[in-house]
Amino acid sequence: MSFDVALVQFKPRKGDIVANLATLRGIFAQLIAGPAVLPQLIVLPEAAMTGYFLEGGVYELSYSADDFAAKLDVEWRAAGGIAAVDIVCGFYENRNGTYHNSALYATIGGGVPRVVHVHRKMFLPTYGVFDEERFLSRGRHLGVFPTPLGAAAILICEDAWHSIMPTIAALKGARMIIIPSASPGRGLAGSGMLESVERWRETTGLMASEHGVYVLYAGLTGFEGGKGMSGSSCIVSPRGELLESLDELTVAILRASLDGAEVDLARATLPLLGDLSAVLPDLWYDEELPLPRSVANDAAGR
Amino acid sequence: MLPVVEAPLHRIDATLAIDAPLTERWLVAFLRDELIERRRITKAVLGLSGGIDSAVVAYLCARALGAENVHAIRMPYRTSSADSLGDAQRVVDALGINVETIEITDAVEGYLRAAGDPDPRRRGNVMARMRMLVLFDQSARLNALPIGTGNKTERLMGYFTWHADDTPPLNPIGDLYKTQVWALARHLGVPVQIIDKPPSADLEANQTDESDLGVTYLTADRILSQILSGYRDEQIAAAGFDLREIALVRRRVEGTHWKRHLPTTALVSGTAINEFYLRPVDY
Repeated sequence: MSFDVALVQFKPRKGDIVANLATLRGIFAQLIAGPAVLPQLIVLPEAAMTGYFLEGGVYELSYSADDFAAKLDVEWRAAGGIAAVDIVCGFYENRNGTYHNSALYATIGGGVPRVVHVHRKMFLPTYGVFDEERFLSRGRHLGVFPTPLGAAAILICEDAWHSIMPTIAALKGARMIIIPSASPGRGLAGSGMLESVERWRETTGLMASEHGVYVLYAGLTGFEGGKGMSGSSCIVSPRGELLESLDELTVAILRASLDGAEVDLARATLPLLGDLSAVLPDLWYDEELPLPRSVANDAAGR
Repeated sequence: MLPVVEAPLHRIDATLAIDAPLTERWLVAFLRDELIERRRITKAVLGLSGGIDSAVVAYLCARALGAENVHAIRMPYRTSSADSLGDAQRVVDALGINVETIEITDAVEGYLRAAGDPDPRRRGNVMARMRMLVLFDQSARLNALPIGTGNKTERLMGYFTWHADDTPPLNPIGDLYKTQVWALARHLGVPVQIIDKPPSADLEANQTDESDLGVTYLTADRILSQILSGYRDEQIAAAGFDLREIALVRRRVEGTHWKRHLPTTALVSGTAINEFYLRPVDY
């Protein structure tokens, strides 16, 4: 079955959630007006409605997942959205006084907005230009959740730079990895592409082909205090092919129709995920791994 | 016998190559975003010295904002080279940007008369600060944002006047080494006379940057890029660099960290600005 997705390469106005939601309403209206078919899933980048670098401002611009989904729902309806649509959007989350860099998967429109899943960024970059863990707490769980395409997982930006993350997501059944990102572009020595974007291309291509998963990468764009968010949103097939991409700086919508059968075919052609499932226990029960023994023993059923 | 291939201990990119079209695209977008979208200012003002750095910034501003929105100010002192004025004019003619010439001689000399007999270093600092005073005043007159023209090499070497050259709120080339500025200049079409002449702060007669620094820009940039990547002196020397020049460059970097920061403020509370109370510049 096909699954129509729309990735929105978004350029927020820093800290101005009212203005950014109004911009999003316009994008919703464009998607609703067609002529293309209404997407089943809309994907927005990390921290899309506020901008990424907020420092202490995160405490002023964070919301519960339910409140944030309600805001998206209001804009969808204001844009004329009648049918339900699924949406992934990065936001700063206030979870009972604990603050996270999160992304939700919610269904808006139709009935009451419903939060299907919240991923809380697990790897908070705190080096160089990054200072996330100074202000935020890390997530403690990598979950998969149901979508019309099958199980999916969300990895937020740096999460995806650790190859174990898509590996675990795929082992848990994910057929699609959704990556909301805010990646400051750097490295000018590439040929036609920032070196940091080249790394993303390699990373997303490898995770897709190794595990036979679709990868949807939605990048924030625009400059924040001299740091240019590098956009470059892309869709990668389960065979690791770059199906389509945007450049670093354009505000645009990237659309595709995904086919769940492609996941099965890719996995049949290159059965690395199945092989890993078979070998995983031998790797996991290794006492040299830096895991709490009780966890390793539990996992081993010992 | 099989051939034996030896890998180096580490690989050093000594070329500092840039993709110039990509660099232009990125920096033009930076200027548009930071000026027009964030600050709602459509005009830029910059000091046009006749040197390569301000020429490159003028080209970037013209491409980002349109030539009619770029105001170049030439600010000669009585000892400034006549060639500098002429080279600045080449940029103006090539781009069609606005230009004014505001002599700083009277203002500088007025102060220097009251200041005794300053040495050349103090005189140079007074000139640099006077130019920045002019630039900010013209910015208020023109409703245009001052744009900085300092490159990464001189920022790292501390080869600038604190609270003068480093003052404008935006700088498109501050993360480019001098050799990268040269590469970008060639791509942008900056007149070759400006690219090929020896860089000079033009604060004293016959002054050149490289004689002031004691090392060529090409060598300094290659050493700087390795220092910033964390390599030790002996590793850099093993890549073919002179230990004396490595020490010179490292000494300049390590002796000027303070010049790359705001003034040091005594912290006495739990809400000290930029220590506890943290908000980004564009918040």
